[in-house]
Amino acid sequence: MDAFLLQILNGLDKGSAYALIALGLTLIFGTLGVVNFAHGALFMIGAFCAVTVQRILSLSYLTEDPTQKDFLGRPLQVATPYVESWFGTDIGSAIISWSVPLAILFTIPIMLAFGYAMERGLIKYFYKRPHADQILVTFGLAIVLQEIIKLFFGANPIQTPEPDALRGSLDIGILLGLDANAIIYPIWRLVYFFFSVAIIGGIFAFLQFTTFGMVVRAGMADRETVGLLGINIDRRFTIMFGIAAAVAGLAGVMYAPINSPNYHMGMDFLVLSFVVVVVGGMGSLPGAVLAGFLLGILESFASTTWATTTIPGINQIVIYLVAIIILLTRPRGLMGRKGVMED
Amino acid sequence: MSKSNFTRRGVLRTGAVAGAGVALPTIFTSRASAFTNEPTGSTVKVGFNVPQTGPYADEGMDELRAQELAVQHINGEGDGGMLNTFSSKALDGTGILGKKLEFVTGDTQTKSDAARASAKSMIEKDGVLMINGGSSSGVAVAVQGLCQEAGIVFMAGLTHSNDTTGKDRKANGFRHFFNAYMSAAALAPVLAKAYGKDRRAYHLTADYTWGWTQQESVQAATEAMGWETVNNVLTPLASTDFSSYIAPVLNSGADVLVLNHYGGNMVNSLTQAVQFGLRDKQVNGKNFEIVVPLYSELMAEGAGESVRGVYGSMNWNWQLTDAGTQALVKSFGEKYGRPPSGSAQTCYVQTLLYADAVARAGSFNPCAVVEALEGFEFDGMGNGPTLYRAEDHQCFKDVLVMKGKETPTNQFDLLELVEITPRNQVEYPPNHPMFGGDEASLGSCNDGA
Repeated sequence: MDAFLLQILNGLDKGSAYALIALGLTLIFGTLGVVNFAHGALFMIGAFCAVTVQRILSLSYLTEDPTQKDFLGRPLQVATPYVESWFGTDIGSAIISWSVPLAILFTIPIMLAFGYAMERGLIKYFYKRPHADQILVTFGLAIVLQEIIKLFFGANPIQTPEPDALRGSLDIGILLGLDANAIIYPIWRLVYFFFSVAIIGGIFAFLQFTTFGMVVRAGMADRETVGLLGINIDRRFTIMFGIAAAVAGLAGVMYAPINSPNYHMGMDFLVLSFVVVVVGGMGSLPGAVLAGFLLGILESFASTTWATTTIPGINQIVIYLVAIIILLTRPRGLMGRKGVMED
Repeated sequence: MSKSNFTRRGVLRTGAVAGAGVALPTIFTSRASAFTNEPTGSTVKVGFNVPQTGPYADEGMDELRAQELAVQHINGEGDGGMLNTFSSKALDGTGILGKKLEFVTGDTQTKSDAARASAKSMIEKDGVLMINGGSSSGVAVAVQGLCQEAGIVFMAGLTHSNDTTGKDRKANGFRHFFNAYMSAAALAPVLAKAYGKDRRAYHLTADYTWGWTQQESVQAATEAMGWETVNNVLTPLASTDFSSYIAPVLNSGADVLVLNHYGGNMVNSLTQAVQFGLRDKQVNGKNFEIVVPLYSELMAEGAGESVRGVYGSMNWNWQLTDAGTQALVKSFGEKYGRPPSGSAQTCYVQTLLYADAVARAGSFNPCAVVEALEGFEFDGMGNGPTLYRAEDHQCFKDVLVMKGKETPTNQFDLLELVEITPRNQVEYPPNHPMFGGDEASLGSCNDGA
């Protein structure tokens, strides 16, 4: 029982990341009809927004400390962050400690602008081109983006810790009346799960309860008719591209403490997220979210010792295996709509 | 009237035989001196094959910096670095055997096929006499095989698998870096002293040659100290999230987690293990501990605060106080503004050792160089007296046990030196079962002739 609960919990945070990325992919595909292979790179850029904010907040001035020596035996240059000298050590160090949550404020406008510029500057020229062209150009863009990140930040993973107050783990087993240490779960992963649920809820509410969202949903159902009604649907779809980029970016920012960001992290998620979209059903937002969580949990179960000893290598293929089974039994995915990518 | 016995045909025949007789030794001599990329001009080239792209690009960059510095020192530029402390004095700062040393670089991309392609290009197109560097055991074994076939010397970079100088050893290849067996032999007594002999270990192991050999070595060494191994779980090399593997650890009855991971794997698995609160827990009435058998400075930098208090081992570290280490740290630090990493030191030392072996052999012939390196004992390059063992071309020297520093003062001050394990404690016979047993053989040296 406890092992079962533990793997469900483990799957939730990974599933949260899959769901957020797949949600963005589906938003772009559902609105603009573009298969965006650069979406993983947007997730990675989001994570590097967290790194950038952490570095900005940690900007320091150097003072010589003659009592300590550096590696060459010279007086040590001690770095003191500016925020600590401006606001005092306690407040300054707290600001630096909370750099990842603070990075959310920085990431939203950056990613919205980035997504908007990407759509206007590149993607719009590929609307009428085959999906293969879109895949090639967005995949190329992903490689360019990751090489740019590597140029500025290097190839090594960069530690981006969560706030001190949210560090450590919860003994959920004790809360549920089980033995101590039966279910231990990091606090930050719970934060990530609730954060992603909030973002997903926010996106659905935005599409469901605002006029803008209503127009977008109408455009997703029948773009031509909405256009004939005199609504500039292209402009709204461009904004949706920016929102999808921001969702991927936010998924990346909050994921930075879980996996130290490196330039390649987007690619690690990209392929799996596409499988999630296909399993969920192309163009279906609830399908993307459902499949994200389902596959995350399934992957978690497949990584248990019991599973890997029963079927060696199952942890590496389970998602693709499920994708094959779903596509054979439900060709449109779990919640796919008729007519999407079937022309 | 006299009659001459000389005839035109007879003179021609005698001349041909005599000419062949005179030329014969020359033919043999010229055959003997012909070897792959025999230098003819006033310069000689070596190739530095390191990861310049991919996940280990930063480590490759540090190796390149060190190798460039070594070339400068060999050519008499800069302050000479470790040449001033090296026990052999065959190099005089004028290049090698009167020829200036030049280098070309290749990108291994940390992929065996790409590494072989770049090494092949450097051998065939650039005419290099030696290939040096790299940051993976898979790459090292692949390139070592290529250099053996091509008839040039290979000096492996960061490769820690037992196989490189074990079952995959080659006559043309040498390894300055230590190996998984030596890490385990150095670490186990320190771990037993720090954590006690009644411990139960759970291993997470990267699922490829290096991970397997390290796990095997650490398990054997810790069990010899009285530890029990509860489980060993193989994790795919491409894993980034280890939560599914870490979560069951606390419930397994284990009180130590051994992470047989390197690079991004290590950064992520260690960070996540700390996030799961493993180090704050008590199991079997003891504090739960984490061990990372192979440390590198760049990985420690990536893992940040998570390395604090965690034991591991290193081939070399800039904090050593011997004259050789201090000379390199000064040269490297003044030129690049940071202390050299362990892999940088390995590549630097290997470049000097190759040049020195050529100078001592008086020849660039790879087999003469191999002979000069085999059984070579020296000092002054860090780690104290050092031996390049003739039987398997493995370097033997003191091994460092490190611990993540609790209160680092700057970005380079992440690890502290706990113990220098003497060379004799990490030695093993060349036919040790973990190194291919009696069947492992260097084969014979190939000069490419």
